Amino acid sequence: MRVASVKNPSAVNIKDLFGNYLFILPAVLIFSLFYVYPFFEIFYLSLYEWNGISTTRHFIGLGNFFEIMQDKVWWMSVWHAAYITLIALTFQNALAFALALSCDRDIRMRRFYRFVFYLPPVLSEVVVGLIWRWILSASMQGGEPVGLLNYFLTKAHLYHLMRDWLSDPRTALTSIAIVHSWKGFGWGFIILLAGLQTIDRQLYEAARVDGASSLSILKNITIPMMVPVFIMVMILTILGSMQVFVLVLSMVGQGLVYHTEVPVTRILDSMIGTSRFGYACAQGIVFGGILVVGSFILHKFSKKVRQE
Amino acid sequence: MKRILPVVLAVFLLAGCSPLIEQKDTITIWHWMTDRQDAFTRLAQQYEQKTGVKVRFELYAPSDIYSRKIVAAAQARALPDIFGILGEKKRLALFVESGFVADLTDEFEKNDALWEKSFFEKALNVNRFEPDNAYKVKPGIYGVPLDVTNIQMLYNEELFVKAGIKEPPETFDQFLENIAVLNRLGIDGFVSGWGENWMIDCFSSIYALNIMGEEKVMATYRGEVSYTDEDWIKVLSLFKTMRDHKALVPGIVTKGNKYAEQDFALGRAAFAFNGSWCVNVYDKMNPALQYKVMLPPRVDPDVPMQIWGGAGSSFVVNQTAGNRQRIIDFLKWLTGKEQQVFLSQETKNLPSNREALSEIPDVLLQFAKAMDITTHPSLWPYNESPLVTEAFCKGIQAIIIGEATPEKVATDVQRLKEREMKRERQ
Repeated sequence: MRVASVKNPSAVNIKDLFGNYLFILPAVLIFSLFYVYPFFEIFYLSLYEWNGISTTRHFIGLGNFFEIMQDKVWWMSVWHAAYITLIALTFQNALAFALALSCDRDIRMRRFYRFVFYLPPVLSEVVVGLIWRWILSASMQGGEPVGLLNYFLTKAHLYHLMRDWLSDPRTALTSIAIVHSWKGFGWGFIILLAGLQTIDRQLYEAARVDGASSLSILKNITIPMMVPVFIMVMILTILGSMQVFVLVLSMVGQGLVYHTEVPVTRILDSMIGTSRFGYACAQGIVFGGILVVGSFILHKFSKKVRQE
Repeated sequence: MKRILPVVLAVFLLAGCSPLIEQKDTITIWHWMTDRQDAFTRLAQQYEQKTGVKVRFELYAPSDIYSRKIVAAAQARALPDIFGILGEKKRLALFVESGFVADLTDEFEKNDALWEKSFFEKALNVNRFEPDNAYKVKPGIYGVPLDVTNIQMLYNEELFVKAGIKEPPETFDQFLENIAVLNRLGIDGFVSGWGENWMIDCFSSIYALNIMGEEKVMATYRGEVSYTDEDWIKVLSLFKTMRDHKALVPGIVTKGNKYAEQDFALGRAAFAFNGSWCVNVYDKMNPALQYKVMLPPRVDPDVPMQIWGGAGSSFVVNQTAGNRQRIIDFLKWLTGKEQQVFLSQETKNLPSNREALSEIPDVLLQFAKAMDITTHPSLWPYNESPLVTEAFCKGIQAIIIGEATPEKVATDVQRLKEREMKRERQ
């Protein structure tokens, strides 16, 4: 090799370069085939009026995108996903952090708690949806509520709180958001717990020697050290929650009017329900754009926080 | 090692090819009918023993997943030998026009149309395109009906006895009176899978036919009559009336048909609106359930009620499938009397072969009696745009939960209809 480099350095550089590219070629090919090509294909299809079956397509340029801008149901569905995400970012992540903090201490049955808290994310979304559908059911049998929640409310004589949880526009989306958070907090819990365990214990000991209270340790050591982990959990939460749909389908089927529509159910409906494949592709592009912009903003924000 | 490697690779490649060779001798069928998979498999075994031809039924359920798979397979030109197309006739027309479905007219007409005559005419018409059809498809028969179905109302006999109701209601007013009696005893009245748009569409369209007649309904679909017309308001108001009379079980607007079937099978509601497939479902959920079939009560007592029906499950043949005659021979065997009786008894569905009707269970006969008054969107010359239908059904849900009035829903739907017509003209 050394002899060759003395003889013709540029030839060796090209050979090395070629070798390097050869190594990454499989990855590039797979990435191009399964990510880049589908993206351009979807964008291409979004410029057409097409039913998804016919061999002929009608070119309409950006017509589908203009229609999306005026599609109230679509933007309502985006807002619903944002609402579910907001609940997940606050309620779900706060719960996950509180539980991670508890399990980070030397408490009894720590391993058991970790197992239990990690159980909901492992369960299938369909199964979770169906179980919660039964819990929130408003059906009656022989004058007794069938749903577990309404049953307990009856037993507690809280009749005024009983309702048709999934068929009431005031509670349907929130019920779905809470179930989504219940199912999702385990992921955040595991990541946050892993983050907590990377914090040097000596920092805590030193703070305690200096007389710092638990609250002060949390505020001045734990939270600042956990910022990168929080950002990562937040990005994962946003991406996961915005794309929720299996849970929605298993809990409310085709939906309560338009009150439980989320972007993915709208895309599916355009694709299969109304056979507007081109429009569905355009919805996919717009939705992808929203997620990319959201993630980019959060990334910039996290960079700024880290610098501070 | 360098010499061995290509040999090993070649062996693996050839081994990989062998299942493909086997698949060529096999008739592959894709379907979505979970309740029929066992019976299909047994029939496939029988057929293989009889003819040596291997038939493989591949189940993809639920139906929406199946529909997605069919569309994806069509785009990839990878459809199986035999498959079913779910949805309205427009969808079948699209598959035919795109060259995915074989024209079976010649086969049906062979031997003095012996095969054609063995079916219920209405079942066959679902797969038939007449000359000058609205879809501009070449006239012919493009599918083989496997069973027929119709959608009616059912009532729980035990709950009727408990409430002292002797006869099922014939008019809508009688129906509401029955509901009031049932409600006084703490019994919920009516259940249906109105979390699924097509079930709402089915219920509302049979009442539209009863209230204004088929011609006016078709005129609306053509855009000549407005949804704000008083007859349409009357149709939408039926749902408000049912809500006001507490006729509907709680949560009906998010109930999929499976949940509605469960409610009726477990005696949680006295009336149900469901299709003839329910006989099989109720039998599995609660074999002790005592129920009977009735026609939906009429709003206009002078106009006979029409119900959705005729269209059951159908199979079509892939236009590009090799050895078509072998595939058609299998379909002829599958729809023969003996196999149809077997399917009907095993799965409790109405057979498409009229000769098999004499040997079916009693409760199915009650459904079968109404086959003459069935209609279906697949048989109509015009169909409403899916977007308008969706808005109409969602509007009905909004009426049921008290969020919108019939008039507001009618106005919103008409606005969308006009937008869609404008888009179609462009």
